[in-house]
Amino acid sequence: MQEPAITTDLIASHGLKPDEYAVILEIIGREPTFTELGIFSAMWNEHCSYKSSKKWLRTLPTEGPQVICGPGENAGIVDIGDGQAVVFKMESHNHPSYIEPYQGAATGVGGILRDVFTMGARPIAAMNSLSFGETSHHKTRQLVNGVVEGVGGYGNCFGVPTVGGEVRFDPAYNGNCLVNAFAAGLADTDKIFYSAASGVGMPVVYLGAKTGRDGVGGATMASAEFDDTIEDKRPTVQVGDPFTEKRLMEATLELMQTGAVISIQDMGAAGLTCSAVEMGDKGGLGVRLDLERVPVREVNMTAYEMMLSESQERMLMVLKPELEAEAKAVFDKWDLDFAIVGETIAEDRFLIVHNGDVKADLPLSKLASSAPEYDRPWVPTPAAEPLSDVPQIDPIDGLKALLSSPNYASKRWVYEQYDAQVMGDTIRIPGAGAGIVRVHGTGKALAFTSDVTPRYVKANPVEGGKQAVAEAYRNLTAVGAKPLATTDNMNFGNPEKPEIMGQFVGAIQGIGEAVKALDMPIVSGNVSLYNETDGTGILPTPTIGAVGLLASEDDLINADVREGHVAMVIGETTGHLGQSALLAEVFNRTDGDAPSVDLVAEAKHGDFIRDNREWIKACTDLSDGGLALAAFEMAACADVGVTLDSADTPELFGEDQARYLVACNFDQAEALMSAAGQAGIPIAFVGKFGGEDVTIGGSTASLAELKDTSESVFPTLFS
Amino acid sequence: MRAAVITFPGSNCDRDLAVGLEMAGAEVTRVWHKDSTLPEGIDLVGIPGGFSYGDYLRCGAIAANSPICSAVKTHAEKGGYVFGVCNGFQVLTETRLLPGALMRNAGLKYICKTVGLEVGTSDSDFLNNYTAGQIIQVPIAHHDGNYTATSDELDRLEGEGRVAFRYADNPNGSDRDIAGITSANGRVLGMMPHPERAMEDAHGSADGARLFAGLIGAMATA
Repeated sequence: MQEPAITTDLIASHGLKPDEYAVILEIIGREPTFTELGIFSAMWNEHCSYKSSKKWLRTLPTEGPQVICGPGENAGIVDIGDGQAVVFKMESHNHPSYIEPYQGAATGVGGILRDVFTMGARPIAAMNSLSFGETSHHKTRQLVNGVVEGVGGYGNCFGVPTVGGEVRFDPAYNGNCLVNAFAAGLADTDKIFYSAASGVGMPVVYLGAKTGRDGVGGATMASAEFDDTIEDKRPTVQVGDPFTEKRLMEATLELMQTGAVISIQDMGAAGLTCSAVEMGDKGGLGVRLDLERVPVREVNMTAYEMMLSESQERMLMVLKPELEAEAKAVFDKWDLDFAIVGETIAEDRFLIVHNGDVKADLPLSKLASSAPEYDRPWVPTPAAEPLSDVPQIDPIDGLKALLSSPNYASKRWVYEQYDAQVMGDTIRIPGAGAGIVRVHGTGKALAFTSDVTPRYVKANPVEGGKQAVAEAYRNLTAVGAKPLATTDNMNFGNPEKPEIMGQFVGAIQGIGEAVKALDMPIVSGNVSLYNETDGTGILPTPTIGAVGLLASEDDLINADVREGHVAMVIGETTGHLGQSALLAEVFNRTDGDAPSVDLVAEAKHGDFIRDNREWIKACTDLSDGGLALAAFEMAACADVGVTLDSADTPELFGEDQARYLVACNFDQAEALMSAAGQAGIPIAFVGKFGGEDVTIGGSTASLAELKDTSESVFPTLFS
Repeated sequence: MRAAVITFPGSNCDRDLAVGLEMAGAEVTRVWHKDSTLPEGIDLVGIPGGFSYGDYLRCGAIAANSPICSAVKTHAEKGGYVFGVCNGFQVLTETRLLPGALMRNAGLKYICKTVGLEVGTSDSDFLNNYTAGQIIQVPIAHHDGNYTATSDELDRLEGEGRVAFRYADNPNGSDRDIAGITSANGRVLGMMPHPERAMEDAHGSADGARLFAGLIGAMATA
């Protein structure tokens, strides 16, 4: 087959800028072949190279005594004691999900699960953070249905419990939805597998499903803005098969037990290219691949297509040659492909041979290390305009307005489409703060949460970045967990615009300060830029996924609200309404600054909750919607009414940080207050639980009616 | 009691079912779908939830034709106990060890939640730990749990006291609210809800544990 000539248009259509192409010419000293151009494009796109973000990501705190492996591998690894580790990461699949919601979301889940089990960890929990356009937008209903079904379709079949997540709506996502998928797995610390190849002449083995033409150019597509040609991009979306992934996981974990694995890497973005280069580069070796040996499911595939395909459920491994028979037997057992497709070589070469023809011959280390890196111009986000007067409103009217909004209504319609209990260790299902999964066969458990408030980040990227981390910290604390570490999924618009880059830089600064102060280092992450359509960007959305440890069953703070419990707020209430949910949903306003985050207070209040858990029957963090919404959610969860004494709008709906709402026995409230007094922590009695109504500042509605309002929003909009 | 739990490719509740049986005191052997015989001396075969063979073709249809399922049928025909949960129930209808079929949920969505089940009869080795008419709380998690049978078959199931569980609030469109049924000899039980997910208070309900305990108690005295 005649390969296309390398023209300016062809280079541009591969997403390579003229100066980037000049670097390629300099590296190889000649014009690249078509396959080589594809390989450079795959390695140097934004999605794979982090070329706009690297400079800033390096500033994030990534170390701590609990960290076994920070960013740079397939997922982060954190010690949870007793020779066990939790392995986790969050990753976006935004662009594909907008083009083809079911498959885009499904393969997003598949990709993140693969990242986890590639390291030797069995996935035990999943979460997803979803952002959609306004509900009246013509695409939203289809996207919500498709994405939710895709997430469920993949995770449910694979057999991992989905225990948490977020769903939000804002017109800024009309042209770009966000699908951020998180997975965590469990591994023994002495049986973790990495991607660095070692040894010359070692067989490179292809594992899993066969290669097709799906997803060719996917990573490059995901590194560009959308316009009206979006329908043409459908073939760049991969197609997932969770049944194959489940078998691939079982086979991979079994294979690792045989001792045959030197190194292993899943084939994700840019498939065979990226995985082979990664293994060679990390091991300081070259790689030769003979493409006629690659298992394919379509005829006449070219070298270019095979190198750029993003067919799912595939892995690449460097094998101990003496254990080939044992390794192959495992894959035969699971009816999966096992093919030696190449070998490691001493020279720094990425040599691609197809039926005897050399299709690419590139210096391997340059593909990884010489990827362009940009210090993009940026401008700080201007200070938010001051908050103008906010009128007082009837508290129940305010609460009803929040509960009628899909942003704050019950998400039951979504999470009941996800299997939350497979594996038998889920002890807190979605719907009320962090999800909790036991570490099988031990008294330990892990808590998971995913948080970000994009409108805060837009108004004030630094404080918004801090707040995302602080809210995650609080959600883990509220169930009694000790926050361990964090994964960040940075979703932003076009980084070539200085104001967008300014949002990114600010958010990174805030996240960095917060994870340092709260001792929850970043151990993995993902950056998704160019979330723009026709020049309009999304709200800056740095999603924070965080994991906490419950060292024993006694650490758990149950959601055990009973009739007669008193309601108390821990932390200082000043009534900050800038950028609040109330302002947005009731008054349709977005003025004022984001709430500021006092990280010292966050840490102190978190420790206080954990140290005094014996007095606390239930706990929730105060965030969006303030005290009023938190009190309703706690009451709804327990099916017990609540009375709050205040009628003051800022006090009820303000979103001051570092606060928790706790329920405790009347006779234990005093002990808690005295402990708070001794620790110098603000604590206030705000009301009590009981009855069948929600009464706030003298205004009343029945709990049943409010629950009905909250529960009916999603079914009405999306069923 | 000696139990075998089968693993098909795509089974994902096999460990959960084994753990549930073990918690109740059973000795559990895991069996691979390519095997054509069950281990010697097995009393009960557990067919777990999940997506056997990816649920391709129809849920449970390919599993029903796997090598191990011939052995399961022989085991059942000899009067052995068989317990199918969720995908396992689908497999049992596909093997015709139980009548009817599990169709797509009436709402067309996958549903995972804890539901109330009314116990149909306690006159069964699986159900002796319950009282008929009692409501228990057990999670469901399925896309295809809409139990469907001819009216003759349904009349017969009801007439013979073979309806093990009914949904208190039908979530999936099942005929006559049926959530689980037994075979004519009472030794094969298929149910869509997951009792192995309701084993202890930490699960939110321990009502499922009584099924396992009752079964093992019955077999100990049998």
